[in-house]
Amino acid sequence: MNPALTPVTGATTPALVLDDVTKTYGGTVAASSLDLTAAPGELVTLIGPSGCGKSTTLRLVAGLERPDAGTIRIAGDVVAGGRTWQPPERRRVGLVFQDHALFPHLTVAQNVAFGLDKMPRRERTARVGEVLELVRLGHLASRYPHELSGGEQQRVALARALAPRPAVVLLDEPFSSLDENLRAQVRADTVAVLRETGTTAMLVTHDQTEALSIGDRVVVMRDGVIEQADTPEKVFEAPATRFVASFMGDADFLPAHVRDALLTCEIGVVSTVPGWANCDVDVDVVLRPHEVALTLDPESKAHVVAVEYHGAFVLHTVQLASGRTLRSWQPHGVRHPVGTAVAVSVVPGITPTLLVGDEAVTQPPPPR
Amino acid sequence: MRRTSLVAAALALSAAVSGCGVLGIGEEPADLQVYSARHYDLEEAFADFTDETGITVDFLYGDDAELLQRLKAEGAETPADVYMTVDAGNLWKAAQDDELAPLKSAELDGAVPADLRDPQGRWYGLALRARTVAYNPDAVDPSEFDTKDTYADLADPKWKGRLCMRDETEAYTQSLVASLIDLYGREKTLGIVEGWVANDVEIMSNDILLLEALDSGACDVALVNHYYYARELTENPDLNVKLFWASQDGAGTHANISGAGVVESSDNPKQAQQLLEWLATDGQSAFVDGNHEYPVNPDVEPEQLIKGFGEFKRMPIDAEAYGDLNAEATDLLAEAGYQ
Amino acid sequence: MTETVVRADGTPETPGTRHPARPRRTSGTGRPAWSLLVLLIAALVATPVVAVVVEAVTSTSLALPRGLGSMVVTTVALMVGVGLGTLVVGGGLAWLVTAYRFPLRDMLVWLLVLPLAMPAYILGFVFLSTFDISGPVQTGLRSVFGPDVWTPDVRSLPGAIIVMSLTLYPYVYLLARAALVEQAPGTYDAARTLGASRARAFWKVLLPLARPSLAAGLALVMMEVLTDFATVQYFGVQTVSVGVYLVWHGLFNFHAATQLSALVLLFAVAVLAGERLMRGRARYHQKGGRGRGLEPYRLTGWRGWGATLLCVLALGAGFVVPVARLLVWAVGDAVADPGSLLDPRFLEYLVNSTVVAAIAALVCVLLALTMGHALRLGGGRVVRTASQLTTFGYAVPGAVVGIGVLIAFAALDSALRKMGVPGGTGLLVTGSVLGILYAYVVRFLAPAYQAVDASFAKISPTMTLSAMSLGASPRRILARVHLPLVRPGVAVALVLVMIDAVKELPIVLLLRPFGFTTVSVWVYELASENFWRQAALPALVIVAVATVPVFFLFRQVRLVDPHRKVG
Repeated sequence: MNPALTPVTGATTPALVLDDVTKTYGGTVAASSLDLTAAPGELVTLIGPSGCGKSTTLRLVAGLERPDAGTIRIAGDVVAGGRTWQPPERRRVGLVFQDHALFPHLTVAQNVAFGLDKMPRRERTARVGEVLELVRLGHLASRYPHELSGGEQQRVALARALAPRPAVVLLDEPFSSLDENLRAQVRADTVAVLRETGTTAMLVTHDQTEALSIGDRVVVMRDGVIEQADTPEKVFEAPATRFVASFMGDADFLPAHVRDALLTCEIGVVSTVPGWANCDVDVDVVLRPHEVALTLDPESKAHVVAVEYHGAFVLHTVQLASGRTLRSWQPHGVRHPVGTAVAVSVVPGITPTLLVGDEAVTQPPPPR
Repeated sequence: MRRTSLVAAALALSAAVSGCGVLGIGEEPADLQVYSARHYDLEEAFADFTDETGITVDFLYGDDAELLQRLKAEGAETPADVYMTVDAGNLWKAAQDDELAPLKSAELDGAVPADLRDPQGRWYGLALRARTVAYNPDAVDPSEFDTKDTYADLADPKWKGRLCMRDETEAYTQSLVASLIDLYGREKTLGIVEGWVANDVEIMSNDILLLEALDSGACDVALVNHYYYARELTENPDLNVKLFWASQDGAGTHANISGAGVVESSDNPKQAQQLLEWLATDGQSAFVDGNHEYPVNPDVEPEQLIKGFGEFKRMPIDAEAYGDLNAEATDLLAEAGYQ
Repeated sequence: MTETVVRADGTPETPGTRHPARPRRTSGTGRPAWSLLVLLIAALVATPVVAVVVEAVTSTSLALPRGLGSMVVTTVALMVGVGLGTLVVGGGLAWLVTAYRFPLRDMLVWLLVLPLAMPAYILGFVFLSTFDISGPVQTGLRSVFGPDVWTPDVRSLPGAIIVMSLTLYPYVYLLARAALVEQAPGTYDAARTLGASRARAFWKVLLPLARPSLAAGLALVMMEVLTDFATVQYFGVQTVSVGVYLVWHGLFNFHAATQLSALVLLFAVAVLAGERLMRGRARYHQKGGRGRGLEPYRLTGWRGWGATLLCVLALGAGFVVPVARLLVWAVGDAVADPGSLLDPRFLEYLVNSTVVAAIAALVCVLLALTMGHALRLGGGRVVRTASQLTTFGYAVPGAVVGIGVLIAFAALDSALRKMGVPGGTGLLVTGSVLGILYAYVVRFLAPAYQAVDASFAKISPTMTLSAMSLGASPRRILARVHLPLVRPGVAVALVLVMIDAVKELPIVLLLRPFGFTTVSVWVYELASENFWRQAALPALVIVAVATVPVFFLFRQVRLVDPHRKVG
């Protein structure tokens, strides 16, 4: 989608900065030394498995939790850190929850106006109209939340969060309570509104596609630690860790070897590795299904063990001689029956990610 | 229910608290203040006293054990001048706890028989009630009663299924059993109460129910206070119940007193004593007649109706003993399975 | 679309949405001022109770009455029996009037609360005088079938269980009904569309959802049972509370009485722990707004009238019959002595009763709101514990709370004297109605808090968080979000406290200043001397006074008809 925004330096104040933020509950570390910066207008997605600390991060920013250590800055102001702690209502942070959390006793307009109580009445009415138009709900202003559909409720929640012009909007799984058909549309609408208003946003999700498709930057978390924070492309194409590689999209791992800049593994030569001229090391290579090519070869020791039809593509699972499996996307028309012997290779022009241990490496590791 | 109404509520609240005049507080206090577990006819009696002496009296009605506790908690600050109870045990307890001042009054000593007052003059009995046997004359011939040990005889199997009595939490029951312990000793009394229980005594939670049960034939014999009988009789002259004075050939009928003492920290002990003296003499009738009780003062005639019940011999009251024995009686009732 | 989210901590319904280890709230984010307020309230309310416990513990001798073991067993049996009874009657009636339409339903919805207005000390007597051996029922039976006709032993544990269940069921009914009206709709519809039968939807969805409310109602019932003295004494059921009375009044041993009161307190702890257990670790809150409401199903023909009959039976036994009997007595008394009707003190007593009860209700509700609100702001464990502590007063017999207030103030006075402060509090407690109000708050904060808290439990925490993030101050959140949303709970709390306070006797009796008499004292004055016929009129007055808030507030909250929208 949008080109990645380069991290802002000097000239512009970042909308949000987390500096070495740590939070523990009892013995459990929910967030460990988090460092994260969001530029104005940037849309950051937070993703990770259940319990990874993504919701904690969001709550820390919102002021619903207090960090044990570290500093949080919003639009340049320290909101948490040292002795400073600003309660949520002073943070200029907008919140959108999965359950929308609309006030059931207030109309749509009253919900949206809730955060504008310090505004003069005329201005407030204008602002409410403005944001409701933004989410295309002007005509429902006098309805009560229970009279709206789930998608409409979600848009009201967004409008309500945007109305006071917050420095950051935090969205906690905002689409997961919506049904599948509605979700794509609401997601697109939401992102459009955030873009249109140039709002800095942090969105927590557990949906990889969602994280990759709408984020300017994707933050992958596990066990309270940020594994990688990068553009969607980088996260997918150059995962920083074994975990990121497997969590963000399908990936198979094969033991491999680099000798004199040549990467080889069970399926033969994979590619050259520039800059690894004078080394001889064992690595793991990350192979994604779209990088794996199959050709019919009765002589091959590898054979197809499963075929899944996905519409445009067909996913083939191939068992190698070693017993390891690889997956491969084949175009719509290609379907090798189970048991077919196939030769496995890597699509030309690929620079696969190499792992030593669980970490990705770009430089040859020092000799032991 | 917006903030304005919360504020309004708070205002109303403070207004209500400060405006206690509405609640009858802040009036000029009377000369004498009485903490009383007795309620009946006090108003009239005190009004008479004020008429005769010009001393005004206010009383606060409550439960005697709790009023005693309040007296203790209020300590020297207490507004109370007189503590009045409906049984000897609580007077004994109050005296024990040094809440009552000893009086020296020839008038009181002359008016109240020695066994109805504290030897040190800390409290005086003012009204007397008897707890005796009542029966349904269709079901019982009075000759069936043992005239020497009437209460004890009710443990005899011939009364099986015919008895009705009050519950064990009732002071009446406790003080009767305490007097039996005083009379017979613990062991024998335990046997008596166990006998009542073995006779399937029907237990009821007030004396009026007992009398109604007798009247309807549901019970043959019950133990009741004489004044409840008197009261039922005035309301229903056809009441098919008769009274029998218990143990007349023995120790006498069990009696208890309603009495009073002057509070140790009273700021008006003189007039308080005057009130007691009046209640024991000129005020006796006003104090006891309305409730059909017997005057403690032998020189005062009981009212007409109860005078008609005839003279009876009363078991001497030993408040000292009852105070202690009341606890034992409570324990004994539990041991005998009386409930 | 409304949807109720049921989440059990640790078992998120959608993968990846919840942290297994995320506690509800941690310290640090709370509002110190609000948290402090809760601690203050807790300290204030706990003081008299603590005073009693201290008195119990510091006593050198341990004087326990004979048969304590059987008292404990009896207490447990009574609590279990009445608990089951009220659950069946209260929960069943709440379901009946919410899920079905039948003749007179709209009226019965609020009439069914009326047994609450009947003080136990009156009902116990009325029941016994009607059904016991000398009463008209048994007398009538004997006259028809002869003297040896078998009759049940009315004055017994089962008798007490039946009578208490019939008077106390409205606690469960009220809270269960509020729960059904507030949160049932969406979930119930969802269950029905998933093919569940009405009954299955009730057992599998509504009942679990109503569980916190049922638990809260049951806890109130149990505490009432624990502290009741009048009814159990009428029915000859020796509970621990009877033991308190026995050692105090029979053994003249106040210390032993405080020790037994401490035992009653232990029971209360067990009840509250049980309540927490019953609520489970699950959290319940409603998402989105009020729904259409449970669409009541119309019962026709004999089924409809059958439902009506069930309600009428419950109402009749707990309210109509005793009121009728009181009326008969009152009329008889008025005929015998017409002057008694015109006693000018009636009005004064009435004003006293209502004003004190109203103030107590307001104070209790304000405190309960403060606590619920502070907890929502993130008070942390200390605040939570403190707010739970405030509910113990309900489990202490009124007379003991009264004594606790006296002891506490006496201690305060002597402390002030030692510090050289002249004057002290003087007769602040017994010289004005403050002592009564204080004791009322100690005793009745529990029902208020339970009701308000049950309503708070149904607001999704995200609602509060959203309001915060929109820049609303805690005060504004209280006024604009929490208060409107917990209004049903507030109304229920007001009703419960009002009724309890109007009926309350031992506290007024003990702490009232000179010249201050309430209707309940007036009843007691007459009843203690067995002037039942004369006591009937004031007893009816209490019932009438207690009925007014029920009627008024039910109109206010529109619990009558969930279909009407608020706002």
